[in-house]
Amino acid sequence: MEKRTLLEQKAKEIRINTLECIAHLGVGHIGGSLSIADVLAVLYYDQMNVDPKNPQKADRDRFVLSKGHGGPAVYATLALKGYFPMEMLKTLNQSNTNLPSHTDKNKTVGVDMTTGSLGQGFSAAVGMATAAQIDKAPFHVFAIIGDGESQEGQIWEAAMFAGNRKLDHIIAFTDYNKAQIDGTTMDINDVDPLDKKWEAFKWHVQSIDGHDVIAISEAIENAKNAKGKPSMIILNTIKGKGAYFCEGDPGSHNMPVTMEMAQKAIERLK
Amino acid sequence: MDLRNRQLRDIYSDLLVQEAEKNPNIVIVEADLTKAIKNNAFFEKHPERAINVGVAEANMIGVAAGLANMGKLPFTHTFTPFATRRVYDQVTLSVAYSQLNVKMVGSDPGVMAQLNGGTHMSLEDVGLMRNLPTMTVVEPVDGVQLAGLLPQIIAHDGPVYIRLLRQEFDCIFDDNETFELGKAKTIKEGKDITIFATGIMVKEALDAHAILKEKGIDASVVNIHTVKPIDVDAIVKEAKRTKAVVTAENHNVINGLGSAVAEVLGEHYPVPMERVGVMDHFGEVGKKDFLMEKFGLKAVNIVKAVENVLKRKDV
Repeated sequence: MEKRTLLEQKAKEIRINTLECIAHLGVGHIGGSLSIADVLAVLYYDQMNVDPKNPQKADRDRFVLSKGHGGPAVYATLALKGYFPMEMLKTLNQSNTNLPSHTDKNKTVGVDMTTGSLGQGFSAAVGMATAAQIDKAPFHVFAIIGDGESQEGQIWEAAMFAGNRKLDHIIAFTDYNKAQIDGTTMDINDVDPLDKKWEAFKWHVQSIDGHDVIAISEAIENAKNAKGKPSMIILNTIKGKGAYFCEGDPGSHNMPVTMEMAQKAIERLK
Repeated sequence: MDLRNRQLRDIYSDLLVQEAEKNPNIVIVEADLTKAIKNNAFFEKHPERAINVGVAEANMIGVAAGLANMGKLPFTHTFTPFATRRVYDQVTLSVAYSQLNVKMVGSDPGVMAQLNGGTHMSLEDVGLMRNLPTMTVVEPVDGVQLAGLLPQIIAHDGPVYIRLLRQEFDCIFDDNETFELGKAKTIKEGKDITIFATGIMVKEALDAHAILKEKGIDASVVNIHTVKPIDVDAIVKEAKRTKAVVTAENHNVINGLGSAVAEVLGEHYPVPMERVGVMDHFGEVGKKDFLMEKFGLKAVNIVKAVENVLKRKDV
């Protein structure tokens, strides 16, 4: 299968699984989960060295979802990839689940860091990459931060440190969907210009269409070749991408999703 | 190694370098206070394992959590208020909740911040840290005890907060004394009352012991170096034996050693007790002696507390 077709198919399946997962519960972080489906498809089906049969293998690439509320999309991806049975997606946020709202490395196989308090996952990802740098390890640490999350001071503490350390073991993404809980990022506390900010922090920066799987794949290749610099790939995305009922709506951060809504959205996706 | 005639930071720094020779996973993560804790030696000895994130304590904890997540054994350091209250959510989630093995040193506890003043004076750090599930809280008294406990802190699989004196300290223990993490250390065994003390208050407790002896009162002095997990058995045993308790700490009396001991006694063997410590005040600038006097942290304060408790015991 052509790479684009394959990755777009996987992104679609991630979206479908995410919709079903959240609709089964009836409420969830749908917007910020759907906006990262494409990058997750590229990471897990094209770029990352991981093995669902050996999830702890030492030389694997690591992945940290610093915007931990996108957990459902990660679970959808991990289930699709075979880390755990697809059925488990229905346990999202149910009592005694291994799939909590925010990603937790001690609960979910395949999750590399516990996140949820914004800014912290990225800082830990930078620490993980620092360990890889100390050990001259062959792998990368991939991290996704949110645009709203980029209002956290800890993001920039970690950014400054990684830039100065020439930490090329980290490849980070900003899910730039321009929306946060209270409205648009522009209205609440504008993070623009993101590219210039990251450049000023000595990062290798690319800004691309975050829903174009080939553009994402190529950007990651470029990032891997950018020696001596940490990499930021700004993904220009749409919050709720792929769900007709919330696309582009800041209100989709955490919202009720019925089975009917999900089914309609899935039909349109197909 | 000279564990007596130097500042505690020099001893800590030498011990850590020594441990790092044995354990290749040990790394240090500093936040622009390397010189204050004399960890320059580590930077010279193991430059590839020494990290300075600059004045960015939240990132210090985050980076340490990430390093621990990859199998490293990070030691972070900053002054006590910044090691605890400033990074409380990072310590809570990135370290403790994430089950990551990070050793966090906070230096200049309580009034020992001295001329850095009230802004730098942590009188709540023990309370904050002992409130976190899985956290171990240790306050070494002197060089000998630090040397005895550090290998155990390293061997312990879990986060540890080390409340560390930085400069002057009183030598309490002989070189051949041994210590067990989580176990109280009896220094004087008396029959009338037990004084549980931690940190700089151990010296005051021993001074109080001598004053009380003159008055015909035979006090036990027990050092609680590990405030969490607290040695329940030792506290109950002492309470059963002497039936009266005073605690002494360089910390707010709320949520520190005194509270921890009171919790144990309340549940297991209630006896009259009083807490000596800072009476729910913020700190302020000044030298150690001035501050200890001002906040009631001297031997005479312990003596007075003992006398008060003994009156209630006799009833």
